[in-house]
Amino acid sequence: MALDDKQQYQTRQFKVVGTRVKRPDGVDKVTGKARFGADMSAPGMLIAHVLRSPHAHARIKSIDTSAAEALPGVHGVVTRADFSEITDDDFTADILDNCMAGDKALYDGHAVAAVAANSVAVAKRALKLIKVDYEVLPHVTDVDAAMEDGAPVLHDGRANETVPEGMSPNVLARYEFGHGDIEAGLAKADRVIERTYKTEATHQGYIEPHACLASMGPDGQADLWCCTQGHYMVRNTCAAIMGMEQGQLRVTASEIGGGFGGKTTVFLEPVALALSRKTSRPVKMVMSRSEVLRATGPTASSSIDVRIGMTKDGQITAAFAELRYQGGAYPGSPVEFGSMSAFAPYDLENVKTVGWDVVTNRPKQAAYRAPGAPMAAYAVESAIDELAKGFGLDPLAVRLKNAAREGTKASYGPTFPAIGLEATLRAAKDHPHWAAPLGENQGRGVACGFWFNFGGDTCVTLNITPDGTVTVSEGNPDIGGSRASMSMMAAEELGIPYEQVRTIVADTGSLGQNEVTDGSRVTFAVGLATIESARAAKREMCKRAAMVWGIEEDAVKWEDGAAHPAGENAGKHPPMTLKEIAAVASNTGGPIAGHHEANPEGAGVSFATHMVDTEVDPETGAVKILRYTVFQDAGKAVHPDYVEGQFQGGAVQGIGWALNEEYIYGDDGILQNAGFLDYRIPVASDLPMIDTVILEIPNPGHPYGVRGVGETSIVPPLAAVANSVSEAAGVRLTQLPMSPPKVLSALHSK
Amino acid sequence: MQYLAPTTVEEAVSALAAHSGDCRLLAGGTDLLVRMRSDMADPDAVIDLKRIDALRQINPEDGGWRVGAAVSGAEMGEHEGLVADWPGVVEATNLIGSTQVQGRCTMAGNLCNASPAADSVPAMVAAGAVARVVGPDGTRVVPVEEIPTGPGTTSLAKGELIDAIILPERGARSSDAYLRFIPRTEMDIAVVGCAVSLTLDEDGTCTAARVSLGAVAPTVLLVPEAADALIGTKVDDTALDALAAACSAAAKPIDDKRGTVDFRVHVAGVLAKRAAKIAKKRAGGAA
Repeated sequence: MALDDKQQYQTRQFKVVGTRVKRPDGVDKVTGKARFGADMSAPGMLIAHVLRSPHAHARIKSIDTSAAEALPGVHGVVTRADFSEITDDDFTADILDNCMAGDKALYDGHAVAAVAANSVAVAKRALKLIKVDYEVLPHVTDVDAAMEDGAPVLHDGRANETVPEGMSPNVLARYEFGHGDIEAGLAKADRVIERTYKTEATHQGYIEPHACLASMGPDGQADLWCCTQGHYMVRNTCAAIMGMEQGQLRVTASEIGGGFGGKTTVFLEPVALALSRKTSRPVKMVMSRSEVLRATGPTASSSIDVRIGMTKDGQITAAFAELRYQGGAYPGSPVEFGSMSAFAPYDLENVKTVGWDVVTNRPKQAAYRAPGAPMAAYAVESAIDELAKGFGLDPLAVRLKNAAREGTKASYGPTFPAIGLEATLRAAKDHPHWAAPLGENQGRGVACGFWFNFGGDTCVTLNITPDGTVTVSEGNPDIGGSRASMSMMAAEELGIPYEQVRTIVADTGSLGQNEVTDGSRVTFAVGLATIESARAAKREMCKRAAMVWGIEEDAVKWEDGAAHPAGENAGKHPPMTLKEIAAVASNTGGPIAGHHEANPEGAGVSFATHMVDTEVDPETGAVKILRYTVFQDAGKAVHPDYVEGQFQGGAVQGIGWALNEEYIYGDDGILQNAGFLDYRIPVASDLPMIDTVILEIPNPGHPYGVRGVGETSIVPPLAAVANSVSEAAGVRLTQLPMSPPKVLSALHSK
Repeated sequence: MQYLAPTTVEEAVSALAAHSGDCRLLAGGTDLLVRMRSDMADPDAVIDLKRIDALRQINPEDGGWRVGAAVSGAEMGEHEGLVADWPGVVEATNLIGSTQVQGRCTMAGNLCNASPAADSVPAMVAAGAVARVVGPDGTRVVPVEEIPTGPGTTSLAKGELIDAIILPERGARSSDAYLRFIPRTEMDIAVVGCAVSLTLDEDGTCTAARVSLGAVAPTVLLVPEAADALIGTKVDDTALDALAAACSAAAKPIDDKRGTVDFRVHVAGVLAKRAAKIAKKRAGGAA
């Protein structure tokens, strides 16, 4: 047998990978046939709605559900009393508490009860009949305010051992990364700047609200259909909350209308299961947009101090950042990732970051595309830009001078293998965009960004059908085109046309554990497992051909979709195609399949450089995005359309974060803008075409060189837009979003 | 919930007057249905006005135009005579919502929704438009600025509805314009709105003007001082600066999630200048 089993990257001529084939989910999505979370229904189904706290912080003294339960059409009401307490797992206990409040409501919109009824109208009427006796408590929603002495306290005794004595109980963890000597490095600088930056919380803004349908029988077996980034995670989390065995709960993922990290946890699913258990009926739940904004997970808001020293020729001598992130009412803000990624693009002798995880009376944060990194990059890239411009240096040249490369010891510990940062910077420098003239009130900004990428538990099964076509089962909801990408990699490896492979997202009963679709992991990890599954199937098909030919297995090789005798000594046999081998499978040992299970380690890190031109209206402070170009290393772009889409999508979400998106809380701690009218994500007319340049520096850890591309693209835009606006306005802004009132106020203070 | 679809104004008025509960009128529904879906309204009855033919028409009236209460923004945008006479009123109405919303939303509905930020209202006020109010006691004609009395409230009595908005005759060398400031480029709500309607004489001197501001007070403002800044001038830079100052002085906004007092006061003046320049150009004035 002459197959290459190495999982490492090997150069090869691709036939399918790198082409722009038709996406398999496209027709259903544009014709409205695709079934999303809210499209599932079942006979006898009830509809459930949630009663939510109108207070930012309140002790729940009692809940009287009797009038709601007596309302005709109501089948069941649940409160926290319907769930067993979780005492051995703080992580899951916090998820339960977020799904259904315990003794305290911790934020505006926190769930306190839920009603299942035979209609929406009855369920909503029943909610009004539930009497909750609240003792309203003082609240805090700002990260810096929450760290102050005497700030209202959410939880006592949750701080871990990293937090020094004497800090507010709202500070739950401290992180530190770096190497070298900051003070010694700063002493060598020609200029040191010290700045504080603030960013507001933003929501992932997925178009599809959370929805699920749960059905639990009296035998304890349950089915759950939901819109999620990881149905295995849903199974495991819900089983833990419900006290079930994981094998008794089957979860099927619907099509997904966006997630961006926000669907990597559960909000409704345990409540739907509890109501189904109580009523013995299927229970459906669908969030409104207002519920999505008030009670699911936006990302953290941040407050960041940066101190950077630079010589007049652009060498960074030392870099320090202290990052404070509030992640809502529970531990786990992404400040650790922020602290790790802040200086990752640079080769620094002296670097240190300190991160603080802080709780406030806001909804529990959830992952948002490169969690924690965009705000850190905003602060660092703004400061580097200000230093470079202060010395009259080219901001791209300064970044190139300090860029991390193969062999650089990263600020967060590891030593980088082959990486693509320099390639993105050089591509940016050579691009016509960099040389294009600018008009009055216009500015150009650049910024770099980094993301780790990830592998994680992965299972794939590849089946050869009797007619010689191929089906692939993966366990990750398809958000960024994974069905197309897996089909392409399977077709590439098997040497058959793309159209002969169909990939499905299998339910939790069909495969082993699969990590959530997150960390830009799927094209890398599931792709690797798909390639290995195809290789396993090829080995089996070579074996079957050997059996037919009556020769040794290792005298057969696989080429161009067929088994061939490996050499002269193997005898003269005409090749057997995949189709021919499949046709005789039943007589040569039965069905043919390949599978692969792994937790692959080699996810290559990813870098990007973004360039953006803006124009500032000097009379109103309005910012217009004129031109935007993304330069990013994809390792190998399996399907370039999807890769470009990821680059563009990240840039656009970053533009929204930079310009107008923000969670606005009133003095009462109530969210003021729980709707898409006043929570302003960019609309199409706000944007130019986002140009993309795909660079391909192969990831050594993937057979085809693939790196994750989904998250890096949101890391540079906050800073790139800020640098551009600062140039256009002639004044540096240090707070996001740069909404028109803020820009106008900065212009007036010049 | 009761749904009624009368085919005459009289039927609609008697149903509205007779109903004892929370009875709402549905023209385009682009405010009402959104409120119902977001649990902000739970009416006992809805009276749909779109089946009343007269309310779906744009007709000439006294040299001007009578726009039925159920005429959509898109229909106004396609009406050549209306666009020629009142481009500012049409562009303001066409800013409401999105392309899809334009197929449903109406100027009368926008007025009766009584939002201080309503886009079509400053343009109607600047135009000197009147609302024809039909009720159990007959018909009256009311200047549009007297319809809203505060956010979400109107001067309409029980059983009254607006069956048409009447735009006056547009004389020679006259035109109007509406501008609003929004943080995005569409699908948004005015942080400040400003409409200017003016008439020039043969020399290009402004002989008549009306200036109106939205989203800077509990109701849309008619600003006579701003009009005075234009009348008798060639609408030159000096006049425009005086216009801006008058608008900023008249603006009495609040700080809220959409903008600050300082921002709104300043931008009211900026928009007034820009709108006046457009109106002047449309009226045939020199640049």
